[in-house]
Amino acid sequence: MVASVNASRFEGVTMAPPDPILGVSEAFKADSHESKLNLGVGAYRTEELRPYVLNVVKKAENLMVERGENKEYLPIEGLAAFNKATAELLFGADNPVIKQQRVATVQGLSGTGSLRLAAALIERYFPGAKVVISSPTWGACFHHLNLYVKLSQGVPWSEYRYYNPKTVGLDFEGMIADIKAAPEGSFVLLHGCAHNPTGIDPTPDQWEKIADVIQEKNHTPFFDVAYQGFASGSLDEDAASVRLFAARGMEVLVAQSYSKNLGLYAERIGAINVVCSSADAAARVKSQLKRLARPMYSNPPIHGAKIVANVVGDPALFNEWKAEMEMMAGRIKNVRQKLYGSLSAKDKSGKDWSFILKQIGMFSFTA
Amino acid sequence: MAFRSAMLGRVTRRGSDLGARWMSTWWRSVEPAAKDPILGVTEAFLADPSPDKVNVGVGAYRDDNGKPVVLDCVREAERRIAGNLNMEYLPMGGSIKMVEETLKLAYGENSEFIRDKRIAAVQSLSGTGACRLFADFQKRFCPDSQIYIPVPTWANHHNIWRDAQVPQRTFHYYHAESRGLDFAALMDDIKNAPDGSFFLLHACAHNPTGVDPSEEQWREISFQFKAKGHFAFFDMAYQGFASGDPEKDAKAIRIFLEDGHHIGIAQSYAKNMGLYGQRVGCLSVLCEDEKQAVAVKSQLQQLARPMYSNPPVHGAVIVSTILGDPELKKLWLKEVKVMADRIIGMRTALRENLEKLGSPLSWEHITNQIGMFCYSGLTPEQVDRLTNEFHIYLTRNGRISMAGVTTGNVGYLANAIHEVSKSA
Repeated sequence: MVASVNASRFEGVTMAPPDPILGVSEAFKADSHESKLNLGVGAYRTEELRPYVLNVVKKAENLMVERGENKEYLPIEGLAAFNKATAELLFGADNPVIKQQRVATVQGLSGTGSLRLAAALIERYFPGAKVVISSPTWGACFHHLNLYVKLSQGVPWSEYRYYNPKTVGLDFEGMIADIKAAPEGSFVLLHGCAHNPTGIDPTPDQWEKIADVIQEKNHTPFFDVAYQGFASGSLDEDAASVRLFAARGMEVLVAQSYSKNLGLYAERIGAINVVCSSADAAARVKSQLKRLARPMYSNPPIHGAKIVANVVGDPALFNEWKAEMEMMAGRIKNVRQKLYGSLSAKDKSGKDWSFILKQIGMFSFTA
Repeated sequence: MAFRSAMLGRVTRRGSDLGARWMSTWWRSVEPAAKDPILGVTEAFLADPSPDKVNVGVGAYRDDNGKPVVLDCVREAERRIAGNLNMEYLPMGGSIKMVEETLKLAYGENSEFIRDKRIAAVQSLSGTGACRLFADFQKRFCPDSQIYIPVPTWANHHNIWRDAQVPQRTFHYYHAESRGLDFAALMDDIKNAPDGSFFLLHACAHNPTGVDPSEEQWREISFQFKAKGHFAFFDMAYQGFASGDPEKDAKAIRIFLEDGHHIGIAQSYAKNMGLYGQRVGCLSVLCEDEKQAVAVKSQLQQLARPMYSNPPVHGAVIVSTILGDPELKKLWLKEVKVMADRIIGMRTALRENLEKLGSPLSWEHITNQIGMFCYSGLTPEQVDRLTNEFHIYLTRNGRISMAGVTTGNVGYLANAIHEVSKSA
């Protein structure tokens, strides 16, 4: 074997830090104790603590195999049937923003990929504009924006207060004050429902006030909707916050993910939607999102998109999906109830555990 | 400003669906992006009602009936996994099994580098994703470096390194007069580049020209790279698809490995396994030792996270199912050869047809070139004539996708090419 020629130019490559979330799962796996519990996992589990593949997904996959569809490249913006279905799911098929063709929808690599496309759009067209993020927010999101910032040096960010440890609830005044204090024209990252990691969502009334201050400061709302249907069990109810903003005629960015609500975690299926004030603007924005996606991965993966399109496009499958989602959300609510009941009974300190019931979605932020 | 505040006052009423719309001006400065030149060809083709129309712009394999193909080995793999796949997130680096099998294809079944764990490798979003990850990695860890890109190349290569903010230089590659390789100029460019430069090389079946260096020429290139301490990044999108034999198509890479280079490779299953829309590929970087490979892999994963967190599972499991099963792998190798042979057959047929028509020009290059594409040497004006007069669709650089050529249309195509070029 000939001696290697280049003294490595990658000498300076240090070991990247371990992922904080994955680290929990790794430690869990390594633990041999019989009573071990993994409450770090950000994926749905059944009563038996098994991963769950939805029945509608299995049916859709089998249908796809039977049909023998081909594997041609999707267009850069993704599967048309998926894009139509996902926008309608989010806004409602009769929503004026859809009827007026004011939504630029591009299939993305789940929530992460959709956020990334939006971040790249912001960096390109609003250089120097700030993104304000809730404190806390999805750990990886923080990382992602952080990493993306390091990579691109383009998107400055800061935090707005969100979690109030005293009430184990929303620091609403803090949130409003910080959004108000952000420079005019900032992008405000909001969780559409089932805030990750706190499980604390604003009330409808509070959403109105948040929209007020965003309009007042000429900010752009940027929703991350990773749990539509998964929070309350109802797709429409969980989209209420987004629809409220759209109804005001605001221009809104919305990232969607089907990882949790359709259990399609590993298929990486989601979308970025940009609600614009005109159909012309939406067309231009869509073209630029495509331009950003092309040098990342050319066109998005087909499999997850077809599953979603098949499930949403078939009335029987769609209804079955809604039922499975209610079941999953229901189990979570049930467990919250049980946990609350058990803690209240066992804990003699008088501590108020009701935050477990008030919080919503997959996560609970404990005091 | 006052007007705007007044408008604001009017629109910020709670909960009501107002007729007055919030007149945001966020996206005013967003111009429409330029249309993708390749996709535009397909769109125009689809819109054409002519029964004679031919699409030789398409960069995807077609059978002799002009239909897309899903390989039998893929159908079988899909049957096995449909409805049975656990959908849990893959690790950030993707499917370990898929990556293992993929490295064997590139580096060799019994590669010492695999055995010694010196390769940092992650599943990627097909070839594009692999190139992009590498470009981002290059930017982060060699921030002062540039990338040398051949002329011509797949258009998206320029987009990729540009969006990764790595400055680009070009090097001579295609020789228009001979429709072959401009070897002398290529070697000059290699010599004149600053020591330790990064070069993008097509491992086989160069896109869009179909012109590959000979084995001899690859050895000379490798030797010169050694002298200059250059870094070779191979984009291998057509392994197996070029000659029909994956081992043969990896020859350039094996030469560089033998000569001791630490290379990077982007691999794709889009064409050779027909998994286009599934977006399955792999990025690998050969390192000095296992420790470095672990560090590099961790950094590649860090770069992938803000793009998509972890890669899609379905295509990866199709690949690992096929390559992990000796029977299915054998079937795959057979099917790849069928595809490559059909293309080679069409090259021969097209050339023979043109020669029979008495064309004054040389069409040797059609059979000298290899892979999916043929750089015909037709001018943009001649291409326009092909499209407007004959309903034949191809990109204006004269690139013909041989995959779009069939026994049914090769005569018509030859005729048309002859018509537009005979008085050249």
